Amino acid sequence: MSKDTNISLKESATFDRATMAEIRRAADTGIYDIRGFGAKRKLPHFDDLLFLGASMSRYPLEGYRETCNTSVVLGDRFAKKPIKIDIPVTIAGMSFGALSANAKEALGRGASIAGTSTTTGDGGMTPEERGQSEKLVYQYLPSRYGMNPDDLRKADAIEIVLGQGAKPGGGGMLLGQKITDRVAQMRNLPKGIDQRSACRHPDWTGPDDLAIKIQELREITDWQVPIYIKIGATRTYYDVKLAVKAGADVIVVDGMQGGTAATQDVFIEHVGIPTMAAIPQAVQALQEMGMHRKVQLIVSGGIRNGADVAKCMALGADAVAIGTAALVALGCNDPKWEEDYEAIGSAAGFYDDYQEGKDPAGISTQDPELSKRLDPVAAGHRLANYLRVLTLEAQTLARACGKNDLRNLEPEDLVALNVEAAAMARVPLAGTNWIPGQQY
Amino acid sequence: MKTVDLTISSVRDLNQALHEQSRSVSEKSWTVTNPKGSHNLAVGLDANIDVDIQGHAGYFCAGMNKEANVTVHGNVGQGVAENMMSGVVRVKGDASQAAGATAHGGLLVIEGNAGARCGISMKGVDIVVKGSIGHMSCFMGQSGSLVVCGDAGEALGDSLYEVHIYVKGEVKSLGADCIEKEMRPEHVTELKGLLEKAGVDDNPLEFKRYGSARQLYTFKVDNASAY
Repeated sequence: MSKDTNISLKESATFDRATMAEIRRAADTGIYDIRGFGAKRKLPHFDDLLFLGASMSRYPLEGYRETCNTSVVLGDRFAKKPIKIDIPVTIAGMSFGALSANAKEALGRGASIAGTSTTTGDGGMTPEERGQSEKLVYQYLPSRYGMNPDDLRKADAIEIVLGQGAKPGGGGMLLGQKITDRVAQMRNLPKGIDQRSACRHPDWTGPDDLAIKIQELREITDWQVPIYIKIGATRTYYDVKLAVKAGADVIVVDGMQGGTAATQDVFIEHVGIPTMAAIPQAVQALQEMGMHRKVQLIVSGGIRNGADVAKCMALGADAVAIGTAALVALGCNDPKWEEDYEAIGSAAGFYDDYQEGKDPAGISTQDPELSKRLDPVAAGHRLANYLRVLTLEAQTLARACGKNDLRNLEPEDLVALNVEAAAMARVPLAGTNWIPGQQY
Repeated sequence: MKTVDLTISSVRDLNQALHEQSRSVSEKSWTVTNPKGSHNLAVGLDANIDVDIQGHAGYFCAGMNKEANVTVHGNVGQGVAENMMSGVVRVKGDASQAAGATAHGGLLVIEGNAGARCGISMKGVDIVVKGSIGHMSCFMGQSGSLVVCGDAGEALGDSLYEVHIYVKGEVKSLGADCIEKEMRPEHVTELKGLLEKAGVDDNPLEFKRYGSARQLYTFKVDNASAY
């Protein structure tokens, strides 16, 4: 009788098979598990929220006829040239090094077709990416790999990265198998080493210093482009207040479902707060400072469909960013490579060893043969299609709520399916007026 | 020679005027008076011009410098010449922490002392300090050279990659994976050249060389206790 049919066998909830497998792996190797992707544990998420469509007390818009604006201007607080994106979905920062040059090019192509921005990562700006990205955000990271004033001036915005949702408080990681000649040259590192980026910026330490750093970047770029600050979602209320005070034009809050190219599994699964919990904290901070909609809020971490986009915006975000979903749209974890995934001990839909550089889909790799599998033009079109669907879905929901602009969605349009989501999102439990933690 | 008085002009005015030299140099020599510790002076320069700052400068002076020769006749705050690409930055006084942080090229000369984390994550710059440097200097230094004519504080060269470090005085302690190395003739030659470029007449043979043991370049279980 197998374990699946013998009901007298009882698996421990505490020491389940996955837990025991990890204990054995740790005992075998003596080192923590490193992987990519984002949190895989079940977390309170946007699926726990529902929209209240219009009926008698609210007036819907015609779903197929009346317009619903999706464009957003980002960074008009101080910059001479703010970014206008046609859809409120941007592409999050992902590095060349973590991703192949073809993947970076595809992200740029897809974003440009859809009228939105893409973002560099911890490895500098590649010509492929700049060339194909109509609007490119240049990340300013603690490592400063590839950082130079020429690329800084080519950027359409600068994103100072203080952390990311998958590993708030941690630095980047790129293992030796992905440090090819080109990656090593761009990062000024010996080829083949395990590169572990710093988690703190080298030349400033606190929010007062950050204000001066922002001024420096503005001076270098003659106040032309917006300056974003990206934070991993933890103490979001306080971090957003400090970021606004430091002078940010745009705040990017990345929840713990956000992906990474590589870090410790224990970090991914046990640090940070869910995206849904972070948004109300950020919005509260902005509102208390009178800066909501003046300093734009981009949120990321686990955005998968137009409903997620609309829910983020209803909670007060101005736009969202996607990373993992964009890679899936390009072809990451596609079942057409099933045999190849199995050959490296994984399976389509489960693959997360981005750090190994063996991605059968040619995305999270520097292997020239694997990289060729990704056609940047075709993949770019796939991404553009996906971005269109996200936007159409979000518009559908907004019109149903009677909104002619995605940013007119509001918390009042939402209810929660369970107490946890109601408390985190600060919307009523469905069928009640009760928001946990608030009087009613 | 053009003079910019910062009691009359703003830092923005100064930097804008200096940036306009990147298209074509119309004024080779610039003097900045009354800096009074202002932050972000002469940042993002991209022209072969000379900028003399007559007094103390604040944070990030000459940040991301390209080609320009910037001299500060005083002390500087945090992050002088951070991420410099080329050119020369000379500080007549002392420098606060993170001097030359992440700089990719050029020459940074500090005639006084430098604070903590001098040369942190440096990526190709040459730094010469006539005095002493603080703790955690050259942390994660990737390439270039750091010359210290005085003493070095704790944890010099922690998690070092390929920077050449030369210290004449005492080193309080070495950081993880940083070791003393043999001073071979090519290093004496390199150091002699750096000292000459910096205008220092110390004897290269009185220096010791430090570099990476390259034991922490890759994840190894046996190295866990090194951190």
